[in-house]
Amino acid sequence: MSDMQPDEKITMQGSGDVTVQPLPRSMPKVPGTSDDGTLIEDPSLRAPLVLGERSFNDVTNIVCGYAEAPIPKIWLTLFTITSSIAAVGTGMILYLIITGVGVWGLNNQVDWAWDITNFVFWIGIGHAGTLISAILCLLKQNWRTAVNRSAEAMTIFAVVCAGIFPGIHVGRVWFAWFLAPVPNSNAIWPNFRSPLLWDVFAVSTYATVSLLFWYMGMIPDLATLRDRAAARLHRGVSREFKVPMPIGSGLPLAFMPRPDAIRMFIYGVASLGWRFSSRHWHRYEKAYLMLAGISTPLVLSVHSIVSFDFATSVIPGWHTTIFPPYFVAGAVFGGFAMVLLLLIPLRVVLPNFSDLLTLRHLENMAKILLLTGTMVGFAYSMEFFIAWYGANQYEFAVFANNRVNPAEAPYWWAYWTMITCNVLFPQLFWKRSFRQNPLVIWIVALAVTIGMWFERFVIIVTSIHRAFLPGEWQMFFPTWVDILTFVGSCGIFMTLFLLFLKFLPVFALAEVKVVMPQSHTDDHH
Amino acid sequence: MSMFTTITNAAADYFPMLLHKSSPRFVTASGKPVYGIVAEFDETPKVFKAAQHVRDAGYTRWDVHSPFPIHDMEEAMGIKGTKLPLMAGAAAIAGVATAAALQWGTSFVLYPTVVQGKPFEAWQPFVPIMFELGVLFTAFMCIFGMLALNGLPRWHHPLFSHDRFMRVGNDRFFIVIEATDPDFDPAKVKKLLEDAGGKHITLLEDAD
Repeated sequence: MSDMQPDEKITMQGSGDVTVQPLPRSMPKVPGTSDDGTLIEDPSLRAPLVLGERSFNDVTNIVCGYAEAPIPKIWLTLFTITSSIAAVGTGMILYLIITGVGVWGLNNQVDWAWDITNFVFWIGIGHAGTLISAILCLLKQNWRTAVNRSAEAMTIFAVVCAGIFPGIHVGRVWFAWFLAPVPNSNAIWPNFRSPLLWDVFAVSTYATVSLLFWYMGMIPDLATLRDRAAARLHRGVSREFKVPMPIGSGLPLAFMPRPDAIRMFIYGVASLGWRFSSRHWHRYEKAYLMLAGISTPLVLSVHSIVSFDFATSVIPGWHTTIFPPYFVAGAVFGGFAMVLLLLIPLRVVLPNFSDLLTLRHLENMAKILLLTGTMVGFAYSMEFFIAWYGANQYEFAVFANNRVNPAEAPYWWAYWTMITCNVLFPQLFWKRSFRQNPLVIWIVALAVTIGMWFERFVIIVTSIHRAFLPGEWQMFFPTWVDILTFVGSCGIFMTLFLLFLKFLPVFALAEVKVVMPQSHTDDHH
Repeated sequence: MSMFTTITNAAADYFPMLLHKSSPRFVTASGKPVYGIVAEFDETPKVFKAAQHVRDAGYTRWDVHSPFPIHDMEEAMGIKGTKLPLMAGAAAIAGVATAAALQWGTSFVLYPTVVQGKPFEAWQPFVPIMFELGVLFTAFMCIFGMLALNGLPRWHHPLFSHDRFMRVGNDRFFIVIEATDPDFDPAKVKKLLEDAGGKHITLLEDAD
């Protein structure tokens, strides 16, 4: 037995006022240019991944500051708009369920249109997150730490939007449980030989694994938020609870607990008691690596299986072997475009965001857009070539008469919008100054997002609106319900993304710290 | 460490009330058991070197806490490999087997159906779901297996009552040597951590 006194209680010190963002660095680094110092062309030099010579404490303050600051008015405005749009979309879904699929513009010939277009569009967007966290992790691309968290969040939200459409397009929505692997009342099981059922398994596995991957990555950062809330309560610098108001200052509610007390509880439960132990980190990193290893084939399999929905049918324009790789390249393309579309405005809006998401990160993603856009362009031309070379007149007619030729194809404008947005726009990135300019990248990303929606529309509607017998030919026209359902899904997506921006760590804090020079174990910083 | 102690240690994290606690070897003046001694470091190279010192001194029940995973720390601490990959491999096999049983069992045994003229014995259409369930089970094992091996989730830990430890998620590093270590001797541990460059060396009580 030995008696020892604990050291006298030591007060928290040195972390300053934790909700205050560090001072912005002077921009730009090279005067007279937009160069922030990361656009080094010399391969012997390594561009910094975090700018402004930030310390660990600065990075923590920057990232946690977004989640801890009082709700900004602009956020409240945007949230009001997007959640209203989401409510309209939800209303449309309710209207569809009550009334029936007749409220959509579908007809006997075009029985898949905007519903499946939207499904493939959203599930495609949901590919960038896992690609960044899995494939770029295996390839040891350290720059991914700047975007992986927000891209993974975007993945989850896109999959949420995607999941709506197959559920509601079945007509009698109360039979959607037929998708699940359970026998129906005649003891007949779902058809496991159908790609539609593979799709159910692929998408639900993808949603589950992406969600777990995202959550596991957030556990340490949630623990950081927990500890900071606890520290503020401990030091008595915690704010009162105030309801944010669109005009003027917030409305104080004295009976509510302090926001930090709520944070400490919610982040505390969500961080599962993480205590940053190295023995835990060891298993955590192993688990992360294995997840990256299995997510890589998973992300490739999901869009391949989505493409089987089309490719295993005998409809000209769908029945092609190029579909799986073509869909995967398109998904990565569309996903990265959405990441850029969302993150580039944040560099302007959020303080110090551009320290962590530098011009070089944008340039790298622009290069990926160029690569995948060119792959998609190659797939478009290869599809056309095979349609001609295969000498199947129906297949050739789908391309020439239903898509390309303005004189013959009523949907020619959709096809040429797709070609312009997906193939031509990314070619701008061959020029260095374009792929280093955030505005140009943002415009191209917007074009690609539009183009990728049109790609799915072209594949689905132009292939089936004219079947083998001209007597069956019919056009598809969307109704207002079609349009508002799609707009509503965008509202759901943006609402979820805004909630993420405000309440969760937007950057993977622990991973960003790993790529900072102070994390090295030798003394040479 | 015997198999039995491994199991009881793991169980102690989940069902502490079921285990008879042996009386602690060290208590504070107020009679509370000692959890361990913690030292703080402010830079990565310092904590890395200190970890090597503690490892070389032969301690076994100790830990390094850092805001991010430090490269090569498992070597500096002498952590042996984890069983997680083996567990994940077993989960992968279980997932593939489940998918195989589900698909063959239902469309071959329970209600044999010919759909689209595809033969019963064709295994090819079952591959995608076998792959997907294999991935799903592996992912579950990776995450929940990792948490279980780490003894998480848990509500509280003696370290959380240490005020300075609130900065571990920000920019501070901590080494803690637990009182359950067979070589634990408060004076020696304190000396070791001081020599290794640790600051704010504190004795922690186990609140329970």
